[in-house]
Amino acid sequence: MADKKATRESYGAALCELGEKYDFLVLDADLAAATKTGMFKKKFPHRFFDCGIAEGNMMSVAAGIAATGKCVFASSFAMFAAGRAFEQVRNSIGYPHLNVKIGATHAGITVGEDGATHQCNEDIALMRTIPGMTVICPADATEAYEAVKAAIEVDGPVYLRFGRYAVPNFNAENPDYKFELGKAVKLKSGKDVTIIATGYMVHLALEAQKMLAEEGIDAGVLNIHTIKPIDKEAVIAAAKESGAIVTAEEHNIIGGLGGAVCEAVCEECPVPVVRVGVEDKFGRSGQVPELLELYGLTAKNICEKAKIAISKKK
Amino acid sequence: MEQSKKLELKRIANNVRLGIIEGVYNAACGHPGGSLSIADIMTYLYFEEMNIDPKNYKDPNRDRFVLSKGHTAPALYSVLAERGYFPKEDLKTLRKTNSRLQGHPDMKGIEGVDMTTGSLGLGFSAACGMALSAKVSSDSYRVYTVIGDGESEEGQVWEAAMFAAHYKLDNLVAVVDFNGLQIDGPVTEVMNPTPHDEKFRAFGWNVIKIDAHDFDQIEKAFAEAREVKGKPTCIIAHSVKGKGVSYMENSCEWHGQAPKEDLYKVAVEDLKKIGESLK
Repeated sequence: MADKKATRESYGAALCELGEKYDFLVLDADLAAATKTGMFKKKFPHRFFDCGIAEGNMMSVAAGIAATGKCVFASSFAMFAAGRAFEQVRNSIGYPHLNVKIGATHAGITVGEDGATHQCNEDIALMRTIPGMTVICPADATEAYEAVKAAIEVDGPVYLRFGRYAVPNFNAENPDYKFELGKAVKLKSGKDVTIIATGYMVHLALEAQKMLAEEGIDAGVLNIHTIKPIDKEAVIAAAKESGAIVTAEEHNIIGGLGGAVCEAVCEECPVPVVRVGVEDKFGRSGQVPELLELYGLTAKNICEKAKIAISKKK
Repeated sequence: MEQSKKLELKRIANNVRLGIIEGVYNAACGHPGGSLSIADIMTYLYFEEMNIDPKNYKDPNRDRFVLSKGHTAPALYSVLAERGYFPKEDLKTLRKTNSRLQGHPDMKGIEGVDMTTGSLGLGFSAACGMALSAKVSSDSYRVYTVIGDGESEEGQVWEAAMFAAHYKLDNLVAVVDFNGLQIDGPVTEVMNPTPHDEKFRAFGWNVIKIDAHDFDQIEKAFAEAREVKGKPTCIIAHSVKGKGVSYMENSCEWHGQAPKEDLYKVAVEDLKKIGESLK
């Protein structure tokens, strides 16, 4: 079993390491200890600026910095970065296509005990609708590091989605792992169904694949780290190969990865798509394993939904 | 200020006002009132105060301007045209489908526009970001922004005010265009944002109050701002909404509508008369 590490930890580490090579500033809104930008603050105190608890201002400040030609990361919890400051992200950063990287941590239900006000299950949907915004949701710490590096290379706005909760660092065990922005990672081919997953759900998709194999079902697994622009080619190839799809995301089933996959297949190769995710509900307080169970974010649920998808095949 | 210089600035400002009317009339919509109220400030910034070069408008060392009250884009476009960033003829394309002169300032498409604005409060924060950026890399350029008095009802204005004072952005000047009127009525009746002087002072700013149409006072205020170290400067500029056009002055009605042909002619006549008196 791979070591467990939260993607936010990897975000902080990546900022520190990449800060040596790349010239960028980092902003936070009084959450540096939690978002892990505090690691960067410690190493590069003159390149870090706390904006206090004022996320809207922070996003427009970031836009102003970027307008003068500097690359800048702006961090907060996903709820406040994508939610509270949506309009600033859209109008100050997205519309002029400025070089701001939004490092949003504590996304999804795995925030745990803080409950619904802090569990953002809508950020992918929100960020995805902004023209020109790149949206990345890494599956583990290895991918999170690569995602930060790739984001720096993009000349324009990028939304990076990180989690609070430790997740198995499975990509670290793959010597051939390579991150390519906008390219899905095919973890396995399958002729019966393909599980298309993002972020926290990718390692559970791998578990589900094994469980399905035991029942004689050949399931493929596709890791979509870049939700926008989505790798349409890989999604359609999966649809053609297996004829049925299950999507899995730690996000509302409306507007997130499930939505993006449906959009891609329905235009090119309509096949049944069954979505696993938060089923249009608010979160609640609780321990993460219990919440994952309660909201159906489990390998078992992916298996069940996979069978439903297969049963809908014509 | 020398009389000849003052007269010249007044002439330019009057031309800027004519350009505003030209743009808004041809667009058949837009925001003339708050554009006319800032014409003198905009003229002073682009013809006296700022270190800029229309031929080299992307110069990284240039002073920056952010029109936080972005709906008064006609004033910005008109002063940019007057200063030679693009032909004055272009003002007639304001808000048209194939024009780059968007209803609100667009930095990507328009020569000389330093920041995209329009949603109130956001530009002020962006100006803070620019000023911070200059500090980080020890660049000497200065940053100017104009916000509306109505705009100051936005909470983000005060987040930005806190930020600028906290980071001692003495390379930043924020002008509050205090024309006293917003869409729904007098600012003091809609949602009283006053007193701006006490508020900005309490937030840690250097505050100067001036008559927005008096070039002596404008010059003095910007000169003082350059001398103040360790804190940003807020210039509260008491202005007349619709300044220069008889029927638009001090009227909410002309916040966001264009004159039709008959009133367009009156506006042009009013401004031409002022122009004549400045010869």
